[in-house]
Amino acid sequence: MEPVTSKTITVTVNGASYEREVDARRLLVHFIRDELDLTGTHIGCDTGNCGACTVIVDGLAVKSCMLLAVQADGASVETVESLAAGGELHPLQRSFSAHHALQCGYCTPGMLMSAKHLLDNNSEPTENEIRRAIQGNICRCTGYVNIVEAIDAAARGEVPA
Amino acid sequence: MLLSEVGYARPASVDEAVRLLAENDGARPLAGGQTIVNVMKARAASPDVLVDLADLEDLRAIAKTGDGALELGAMATYSQVVTSPDVKDVRPMLAEVAAQIADVQVRNRGTVGGNICSNDPTNHLPPVMVAAGATMTIAGRDGEREVSAEEFFLGVYMTAVGPGELLTKVTLPARDGAGDGFAAITIGADGTCIVNAAATVSGGEARVALGCVSATPVLLTAAAEDEAVREAVGAAAIEPPSDVHGSADYRRHLAAVVAARAVADAKEGS
Repeated sequence: MEPVTSKTITVTVNGASYEREVDARRLLVHFIRDELDLTGTHIGCDTGNCGACTVIVDGLAVKSCMLLAVQADGASVETVESLAAGGELHPLQRSFSAHHALQCGYCTPGMLMSAKHLLDNNSEPTENEIRRAIQGNICRCTGYVNIVEAIDAAARGEVPA
Repeated sequence: MLLSEVGYARPASVDEAVRLLAENDGARPLAGGQTIVNVMKARAASPDVLVDLADLEDLRAIAKTGDGALELGAMATYSQVVTSPDVKDVRPMLAEVAAQIADVQVRNRGTVGGNICSNDPTNHLPPVMVAAGATMTIAGRDGEREVSAEEFFLGVYMTAVGPGELLTKVTLPARDGAGDGFAAITIGADGTCIVNAAATVSGGEARVALGCVSATPVLLTAAAEDEAVREAVGAAAIEPPSDVHGSADYRRHLAAVVAARAVADAKEGS
């Protein structure tokens, strides 16, 4: 095996399999947004700080601006679009809406995916656990209080229909 | 941000990884990528080839050996360290420290080997490894060699891992009744360290490694008492850097504070 500057990768995104040739230097977030046209995943800081690009790769929340697309070869990726895949909002999305957990909404896709990763692994998180789970996601509008309340309500199943 | 063009290989064995690193000028290992991808965006470094270690499953293992030591594969993530029963059993402080690194997403990707090999002076794990007396296993074309943590860290972003070599494993000795402690002053909760200290206390003696105050962890030993530890930090005559987060004098003051806290933490844990 010798190094290559582009490579054909197969990635499962939101249950669908995609095969694409990508440059080795291509970031996963650009692959998701520009190649697959799934623009729900946002690029905020592009330096790994803000978490707007958070997606779930093989069950783990990651920042897709700090992963090369070639590193996701063979992986299963969930983006924010997977939450309402059936046309119906996910309980977390309904809870964010009910609790006014967003204002401009730019951080929301990453915030939702971090929240989903938390609830996938911990169905009864404490407030501290919720806060630590979204530590890698920056919101400049809300002050986080309503986001924490929304995740807490979703965890407890207290979400409007 | 667009990265510079880069070659990419994903070897299936350590031998092949070492061969790729040795045969390609400007080749760098790619572990979790939580440092190097950003470094490449900033053009602070532009590797010609990335050797992705993702398929080297052996390097992800965390295991307790027969003599009670703890072996961490270089590709073990912080999240693995946080939840590992073997870490909790042998060196529980390591799990507490790993849980303080950055955030969930970074902990899910970032690795023990990456943290140590990047040797950013503000990283958490270099002082921990020095205080605990860890041993690093480095693979090269001529086989494996072992380097003590005290000799592993050579300078800012520089370690004993040379061109064409790969860190494969970190071994922490059995605790044998010793206690481990860690303390840090950070920029925000779980943020970048301004000063940190790791301590291992055994039989009333403390080994303390200070981070963020020099290019490499500063190791000192003292009786495991508050005043003695503070005096030892003073006697070490450290010359920490000044930056926007703290002056040299402030860091010098903090070094004594966190050293004493780390030792107190270690005594509680022994």
